[in-house]
Amino acid sequence: MSSSTPDPTVPDGPDAPEGAELAGIDDDTIVDTLEVEPTHEIHHTTHLAKDDAAPGVAKVDPILVADHITRSFGGNKAVDVDHVEIPRHAITALIGPNGAGKTTLFNLLSGFDKPDTGEWSFNGRSLAGIPAFKSARLGQVRTFQLTKVLARLTVLESMKLGANGQRGESIWAAVVPPLWTSQEREIEERAITLLKKFKLYEKRDDYSASLSGGQRKLLEMARALMTQPEFVLLDEPMAGVNPALVQTLLDHVIDLKSEGMTVLFVEHDMHMVRHIADWVVVMAEGRIVAEGPPHEVMRNAAVIDAYLGSHLDEDIGVITGRYDEEGNRLS
Amino acid sequence: MNWGSILDNTASFMLSPETIGFMLAALGLAVHFGYAGLLNFGMAGFMAIGAYGYAISILSFGFPWWAGILVSIVGAVIFAIILGIPTLKLRGDYLAIVTIAAAEIVRLLFQSRVFDEWTNSADGLGGYHTSFREANPLPEGTFGFGPWEFTSDQWWSRLFGLFLVALGLLLVWLLMRSPWGRVLKGIREDEDAVRSLGKNVYLYKMQALIIGGVLGALGGVVIALPSAVIPQYYLPSLTFFVWTALLLGGAATLFGPIIGAVLYWGVMAFLAGVLPAMATEGWLPISSTAAGNLRFVLVGVALMLLVAFRPQGLLGNKKEMTFVK
Ligand SMILES: Nc1ncnc2c1ncn2[C@@H]1O[C@H](COP(=O)(O)OP(=O)(O)OP(=O)(O)O)[C@@H](O)[C@H]1O
Ligand SMILES: [Mg+2]
Repeated sequence: MSSSTPDPTVPDGPDAPEGAELAGIDDDTIVDTLEVEPTHEIHHTTHLAKDDAAPGVAKVDPILVADHITRSFGGNKAVDVDHVEIPRHAITALIGPNGAGKTTLFNLLSGFDKPDTGEWSFNGRSLAGIPAFKSARLGQVRTFQLTKVLARLTVLESMKLGANGQRGESIWAAVVPPLWTSQEREIEERAITLLKKFKLYEKRDDYSASLSGGQRKLLEMARALMTQPEFVLLDEPMAGVNPALVQTLLDHVIDLKSEGMTVLFVEHDMHMVRHIADWVVVMAEGRIVAEGPPHEVMRNAAVIDAYLGSHLDEDIGVITGRYDEEGNRLS
Repeated sequence: MNWGSILDNTASFMLSPETIGFMLAALGLAVHFGYAGLLNFGMAGFMAIGAYGYAISILSFGFPWWAGILVSIVGAVIFAIILGIPTLKLRGDYLAIVTIAAAEIVRLLFQSRVFDEWTNSADGLGGYHTSFREANPLPEGTFGFGPWEFTSDQWWSRLFGLFLVALGLLLVWLLMRSPWGRVLKGIREDEDAVRSLGKNVYLYKMQALIIGGVLGALGGVVIALPSAVIPQYYLPSLTFFVWTALLLGGAATLFGPIIGAVLYWGVMAFLAGVLPAMATEGWLPISSTAAGNLRFVLVGVALMLLVAFRPQGLLGNKKEMTFVK
């Protein structure tokens, strides 16, 4: 473990100074910083790989290992991953251009889609052919790029639904409330704690359908955490979320790591990736074209190719369209 | 026009075994559609299995009446499983198509001459009442008040039916307030989200299909208790009448199906009296038989208006409906 601020070799916009969230600095900078940086101190985990960073490199302690995963839609090979390992107790970012196959890979790993070929294991246990609900029960939970809220369930109900191992979810026990009411109380307490943390407590009795887009992302993440997972796959958790909420979400993602969870998340915003990821996996056209610690990956020729085309000397955040050349946030 | 007798008939019909059977069937549909989001358009099939299971057990196998009801329940469970295995993995609209076809297959099988020995094919079954009436604990005679004056046997089938309704309500109430019911409602909203949280969606849908189906079969039994079992009764239109009752009351409510069934049969009985009378009086330019059938047209129109303007039903929550996709 080592603590580090963003790597100085990566060109930052002039208004994004390192560690600004901790120092007392002028107002403009704070506003700018608030948009992208978590308020928590970040401990980047290093020494995750056994070897030099390269696509498919073996990890010291992988939580997920996948081999030869392919999935075609018609003639289009959406995913073609030869080998990938996701490091345990770390935050891994999965990046790549639109249509690179990130969501498809998530669907395959979580059992929502079946690959044409391939094997993968979670905690050493093979997950190929295992239905989605079982892999979730094993501790590998996912969220969706297009947020799925349970519209006509209240926020609190959706949260309670997320809890695993509920006795009252068996049809026989369901009709005998004494069998599950005490557990239900515990679950409710846990749900309320999480809702407070995710700033949704005030909304607990509202229908989930009444939440805003950003609040839905928060609810989906909080709901996933109710399952007490070991490994969380987040598909663009910050997409469409306003900067203030992005900050909350970043904090939550970092908290997950400090609570011992492993996170794999898809994100297009390179600033965020650089801030919170310990490891970055880059996909393009279904393949993994690079992986490594954030600062190394962003210097990698294959990544620059996939993302930037000929804009060799520009910040990646500029290309994703959220920042202009001066490093100011556009969207 | 004899308003007194029309209103009397209407009130009396609101407490008929048919109305009570509809309460059970609509409650079953509420479990399917209102809570689990399953589009079952084959309720008539479950009702037919209930009625035939009961009648055949008694007539062909000499079972006592209560064993006949158990056979109906088992029959409904088996039918639900057969129906569910291929369809519950598909999208909702496919279930609708398959259930409508399956219910028709069931009816045609009961009607066909192949099983004539047990089903009496198109003529249907009757004369299975002795066992049930022997169990009647009520005193002899006719009692009640106003339009609800019935014989002891008539009361017995009504009270027994209402007892089943109460049991059904208790079961549905207990289930839907439990974590099990929460999972079911989650599945109605988005089954992939529920799956991603580690719930076996397929199992829950199957359980819901079975419970609703058994309630439907019991509805079929209650309707058959004092009368006869005729295959033509279990046409797809029966399913749609039950749907009308359900939507009238409110699909995702506990008492909606009950109120809906009472209102549905109240309106039907009222129109059955009023329309022919109006034709006889010359207020309608049609024969009194045609006027009697006009009620089905009116009910169809009412169903359309209901779905368009009050989709949550009488007891449903307006706020909830603003979020229906
Ligand atoms: N169900 C499907 N049917 C056909 N093609 C699909 C399907 N799902 C994905 N694809 C194709 O597979 C490719 C990868 O899609 P995927 O959704 O995995 O991309 P992504 O990396 O998540 O992109 P984005 O960053 O835009 O979310 C795309 O070319 C897409 O058109
Ligand atoms: Mg995607």
